[in-house]
Amino acid sequence: MSKIVPKTAQYFKNYSTQIKIMEVCGTHTSVIMQSGIPALLGGNIQLISGPGCPVCVTNQSYINRLVQLALTPSCCVLSFGDMLKVQGTQMSLAGAKAIGGRAEYFYTPLEVLQKAAQEPSTTFVVAAVGFETTAPVFALLADEVIRQNIKNIKFLTALKTMPPILDIVAAEAEIDGFLCPGNVAVITGEQPFRHIAKKHRKPCVVAGFDPQQITAAIFVLAQQIEQQKHGFFNIYKSAVNAKPQVKANALTEKYFAKGDAVWRGIGLVENSGLYLKPEFADYDCGSYTAGTCSEEEHTNGCRCSEVITGRIAPPQCGLFGTKCTPSTPVGPCMVSVEGACNAYAF
Amino acid sequence: MSEKITLAQGSGGVETKRLIESIFAKHFYNGKTQNMPDAAIVQGGNKLAFTTDSFVVEPLFFNGGDIGRLAVCGTINDLLTTGATPIALSCGFIIQAGFDVAKLEVIADSMAQTAKEASVQIVTGDTKVIEPPQNGSSTAANSAQNPQSNIFINTSGIGRFDFEPLQLENITLGDAIIVTGCLGTHHATIQSARMGFSNNIASDAAPLCEIVQSLQCSGVHLHAMRDITRGGLATVLCEIFENTPYAAEIEEAKLPVLPQVASFAQILGLDILHMGNEGNMLVFVPQSSAEAALKIIKACKYGQNAAIIGQVGNVKKPVLKTRIGGTRILRPLMGEGLPRIC
Repeated sequence: MSKIVPKTAQYFKNYSTQIKIMEVCGTHTSVIMQSGIPALLGGNIQLISGPGCPVCVTNQSYINRLVQLALTPSCCVLSFGDMLKVQGTQMSLAGAKAIGGRAEYFYTPLEVLQKAAQEPSTTFVVAAVGFETTAPVFALLADEVIRQNIKNIKFLTALKTMPPILDIVAAEAEIDGFLCPGNVAVITGEQPFRHIAKKHRKPCVVAGFDPQQITAAIFVLAQQIEQQKHGFFNIYKSAVNAKPQVKANALTEKYFAKGDAVWRGIGLVENSGLYLKPEFADYDCGSYTAGTCSEEEHTNGCRCSEVITGRIAPPQCGLFGTKCTPSTPVGPCMVSVEGACNAYAF
Repeated sequence: MSEKITLAQGSGGVETKRLIESIFAKHFYNGKTQNMPDAAIVQGGNKLAFTTDSFVVEPLFFNGGDIGRLAVCGTINDLLTTGATPIALSCGFIIQAGFDVAKLEVIADSMAQTAKEASVQIVTGDTKVIEPPQNGSSTAANSAQNPQSNIFINTSGIGRFDFEPLQLENITLGDAIIVTGCLGTHHATIQSARMGFSNNIASDAAPLCEIVQSLQCSGVHLHAMRDITRGGLATVLCEIFENTPYAAEIEEAKLPVLPQVASFAQILGLDILHMGNEGNMLVFVPQSSAEAALKIIKACKYGQNAAIIGQVGNVKKPVLKTRIGGTRILRPLMGEGLPRIC
């Protein structure tokens, strides 16, 4: 890895208008923070973290249901690691674990197959959280579970899709351009992002995950905004094709169907969720109810949607630093270590 | 609901610090953890260093070591960071009924070998046996499906001062910062073992007596040392520079990391700077002594990968200068250091 070319650094430094670029994906945010990119951008180019961390945007009712299952005798919840710390109304999965519940984390959902075989008397509930990129892996697991008719593996899904939320965020006047998630584009192809650029007249660049590529994408976006253009660019051609990934999508569509979903701090977004199809209801633990119920939400007063869209700075939210802290996060921007509020709180 | 102990409070990160401050430091110390050394300096006839540490690692045996070697190294290295020469250790065993005696023997032998390597004697000990694990609940995160009897070890140690005690307060603006070995190796070893990965990553667990004593005998001017264990380099630097007018400026390109550990961390979404080590120290020396100190450390068995990674600079918080030329403010580990999905 080498330093970015001085010409690019100079361009950022001399950039004369204030612009806001949203990086949609949590992994982009993570690389941006770890490689110190904001320090290279001068004072006028601001990066805003979008709603692209699937864990951070899970709603409280969903977490409440997971906690309830973790505390149920002979039941074990399995999830991605960072899911354990997301707060429900009463507690997180880590909290449930501390009072005797059972919640463990996996690196790949397929690990549950072995666990379920070893412990036939335990019901393993898979917390299926993710976007288009992760959905096929859960579909692969569903395929095994359903074909083998494994009785002690169930799903609680909070799978979400990117285009509907991106459409909402792109409608906000404050965001000038989008750094789009290369991993999602591997599955969806270029079309959803081309569409956003065209419909909202804002430049979109699909990029991969090394710091150089991210910096290059920001450079292209800044130039487009400066020239008042709204082009679409794919600079992650080694992995992203123009067309969608047929095989992965076919597997996802075999088991999952679209439905509404509540996003933490944002609210109900139509057709932005994926749920097991009705014919596979036996394998589901109440995902639709948990994923669409906003009655239990104690995120009243949370202004993450305004933080995400760049309308307010974190301290302007009434919960910031009091009810909502890095140890007791309320909204998605505080849940993630890279979230705007979390970074601000430190 | 009354507050319960969580796994995050045992991670070595921010939550651990808060637990120590709110309970132990409050009752046993002055309530603050700022500048709390790895070992205490107590007044006897002569000054002594005194410390204790407990070990609950899962799995018990891993590439490059076992719980016994860790238990001896951990306490010895804590003593060394204060500039003391370790003399004697105690060990306490808490063993669950059903534990394999043959395994206990291997662990004890490993402790004896490690103590011998460090010229330290294990002089006193205690053993307690408790109920075996119950089905469905386990003490160790990943053995839940197959509960096995476990062992926990506490070691305490004392050291004498043949040289001036080293204190974190000695660190001054401009000091060079040296790490004595590659970062994240122990963490990657344990994580590999838990996940059933076979690779050539081996724990760095080692007593660092040779490094510290060579530095002391050479007459190189030393300001302070600090063990980099759980929570990793970032957490340790944040603790050292919590209330100081200056802080560490380190360079990503200069950090020693084995390529296989770097890849491992990248694949699993772990941050090298938050990964634990068991035979790695931070050494603070005046710039004028930096090259000499590095040369001495590199000549030692466990110091071959040592590197000068930066200096104490005019910054408010510890920062990392990244390879692409950016800067990143370092943050302590928060929570359990869980892998990210995205």
